[in-house]
Amino acid sequence: MHADAPTRLAPNWQALLAFLAALASLFSALAATPFTATMDGTAALMVAALLVGAAALSNLRLSAALESAILAIGSFGAAWLLLGGLNEAFGTATLGYWLALLAAWLLGWRLVSVLSGDGVKTGTSRLIALIVPAIFGLWILIFWEALTRGAGVPFVLLPPPSAIGLRIAAATDILAADFVQTVVKAVLIGYLIGCLTGFLVAILADRYRFFANGLLPIGNMVSALPMIGIAPIMVIWFGFDWHSKAAVVVVMTFFPMLVNTLAGLAATGHMERDLMRTYGASHWQVLGKLRLPVAMPFIFNALKINSTLALIGAIVAEFFGTPVVGMGFRISTEVGRMNLDMVWAEIALAAIVGSLFYGLLALLERAVTFWHPSYRQ
Amino acid sequence: MNIAPHTSASNGSSVPQGSSTQDDASDRKVISTRNLDLTFPTADGSVQALSDITLDIDRGEFVSLIGPSGCGKTTLLRVIADLEKPTGGSIEVNGTTPEGARQDGAYGYVFQQAALFPWRTIEANVALPLEVMGLKAEERARRVRSNLELVNLIGFEKKFPWQLSGGMQQRASIARALAVEPDMLLMDEPFGALDEIVRDHLNEELLKLWATTGKTVVFVTHSIPEAVYLSTRIVVMSPRPGRIHEIIDCDLGADRPLEIRESPQFLKIAHRVRQGLAAGHAPEA
Repeated sequence: MHADAPTRLAPNWQALLAFLAALASLFSALAATPFTATMDGTAALMVAALLVGAAALSNLRLSAALESAILAIGSFGAAWLLLGGLNEAFGTATLGYWLALLAAWLLGWRLVSVLSGDGVKTGTSRLIALIVPAIFGLWILIFWEALTRGAGVPFVLLPPPSAIGLRIAAATDILAADFVQTVVKAVLIGYLIGCLTGFLVAILADRYRFFANGLLPIGNMVSALPMIGIAPIMVIWFGFDWHSKAAVVVVMTFFPMLVNTLAGLAATGHMERDLMRTYGASHWQVLGKLRLPVAMPFIFNALKINSTLALIGAIVAEFFGTPVVGMGFRISTEVGRMNLDMVWAEIALAAIVGSLFYGLLALLERAVTFWHPSYRQ
Repeated sequence: MNIAPHTSASNGSSVPQGSSTQDDASDRKVISTRNLDLTFPTADGSVQALSDITLDIDRGEFVSLIGPSGCGKTTLLRVIADLEKPTGGSIEVNGTTPEGARQDGAYGYVFQQAALFPWRTIEANVALPLEVMGLKAEERARRVRSNLELVNLIGFEKKFPWQLSGGMQQRASIARALAVEPDMLLMDEPFGALDEIVRDHLNEELLKLWATTGKTVVFVTHSIPEAVYLSTRIVVMSPRPGRIHEIIDCDLGADRPLEIRESPQFLKIAHRVRQGLAAGHAPEA
C-alpha cells in the first residue's frame, strides 16, 4: 500500500468532495425517497452510481484524456438524467437531488481544470480554449434550469432556459421582424452615421483648432444629456418609425467617436512628426501615413464602446413610441402581459447580437492593428 | 576605398559619386551659419540654447558636434534641418534657406531612435519618404532595394520593425534617410541607444557608407571615441549658453580600422577633445 499509493492514487479536492456528495445522494436514493416527484428510483440510483463511479475514478492516476472522458460522461450524463427527472416535477426536488447536482457540478469543475491545466499541453489548445468556456456556459444553464424547475421559482421571476428556448423556436418570425426593425434599421444605420460623423468632425476639428475648441464643450454637454430625455424628443422630430431610434443612436455614438479619434490623433510621437516634417509632407500626407494609423487603436475603442451603446440606445428608445414591431417594443409590451419568456427571448437575442457585433469588431481590430504591442506575435 | 579627408587638406581628395564636384570654393560650402542665436521662451524666463554659432561645413565632410547635454548640439542640428527656427543670425543650407533645403529633400535625418512605423514592413518604411515625394512604384522599389543593400538588410524587407534588433532597426532608418538621395545626412546620436558592440560595428559600417556615397555628414554625439573615429572635424560645444568652444581637425586618414582607436595619433586627438570639453565646461572667468 505504501509503495503503491503514490503511483495509483491522485486525489483532488473536487473529485473527493464530489465522491462524498454522490455517496450521500446514493443513500438518499436508497432510502426510497426519490429525487423528485416524477423521477423513478432506478433513474435516481443510476445517477448516484454514475457519479460515485466517476468521482472515484477521478481520484486515480489516469491519463488526462481518459480522465477527461470519464469526467465528461459522469458530469454531463448525470446532469442530463437529473434535468430529465424534473419533468412535471415543479418544486419537488429533495436534498438528495441537490447533492447529486452538486456532485455533477464538482466533476464538471474538475473536468475544466484537467482540460486547461495539467497534462494536455499539446496542439489541441485552440480547441480547449473553446471547450472550457462552453462547459462554463453549459453549467450556468444547467443550474438555471435545475434551480428554477427543481426549487419551483415562479415563472414570472425567472423562466427556465428550456422555456425560453421553446419560445425562441416558436417565435422566430416575430424575433426576425424585431431584429430587422431594431438592429438592421435603427442600430446599424444610426451607428454608421454616428461613428462616421464623429470621425469626420474629429478630422476637421484636428485641422482647424477653433472648431475643436468650440465643439468639444458642446459635444460634452450633448453626451451628458440623459437618453430618457432625448428619445421622446427624437420621436417628435423624426416620427414613430426607426428613424427616431437611429437618431438617438447617432446622438449616443457621435461623441465617443469624436473624443477617441481626437485623442488618437494626438497620440503621435514628436520624433515621428519631425520625421514627416523633414520629408516636407503635407498635413493630409502626415494624417494618412502617420497619424491615422497611430489613432487606429483609439478609433477601434470607440467603435467597440459604440456597438454596445447603440444597441442599448435603440432598444430603450423604442419604449417611447414605436410601430408595433421592434425589440424594445416587444420587451415593454410583453412585460405588461406577463409573457416573461418572450421578454427573455428578446434579451437572449440582444445578447447574441451584441456579442457578435463586438466580436466582429474585435476581429477587425486585430487585423488592422496587428502591429500594436498588445497583438504582436 | 575613397574617404575624403577633412577639408583643410582636401586638395587631392576624390569626392565620390553622388555629389556635385565643382572646385569653386563658395560652392563647396554646404552649410554656413553666421552668428546664429536661438532663445527658447520657458515658464521661468528664456533659455539661450544657441549663442553666436558661426560654422562652415564643406561638401563631403564628416563633422561631429560633441558636448555635454544642454550644449545645443542637437538644437544646432535641428536648426540646420529646419525643425527649429533661429532667433538671430543667418544660416544657409545647400545654397538656400533651411526651409528650402528641407522642401528640396536636401538632407536625410536620422533620429536617436529608429522611428520606424510599426505597421509598415522594413521595405515600406524605407519607401515612406519616396511615397511622400510622389515617386513612381518602380523607382521606389529600385531605391528601396539599393539602399537596403547598402546597409546590409537584404532578406529582411518583409519583416516588421519590431521583429528586428535595435541595431538593424537603426540601419533601416539610415537606409530610409539615404533613399531620399540627399546631399547630406544629419544624424542625432543615432547609435546612442545601442550597446557598445553593436555601436562599434555600425560605426565601421557608417564610415564605409560615407566613403561609398560621399555624402556630407553632420553627426551629433556625446562619445569622444565615436567622434574621433568617424570625423574629419570635431566641433566641441559647451553649455549655458550653447556655443562652439573649439573646432578640432581630425586627420586620421582614409583607412580607419577599429584598431586605430589604440594608435597614439587617435589618443592624442581624443585627449584634445577631452581637454576642450573640460575647458568649455569650466565656469567662465
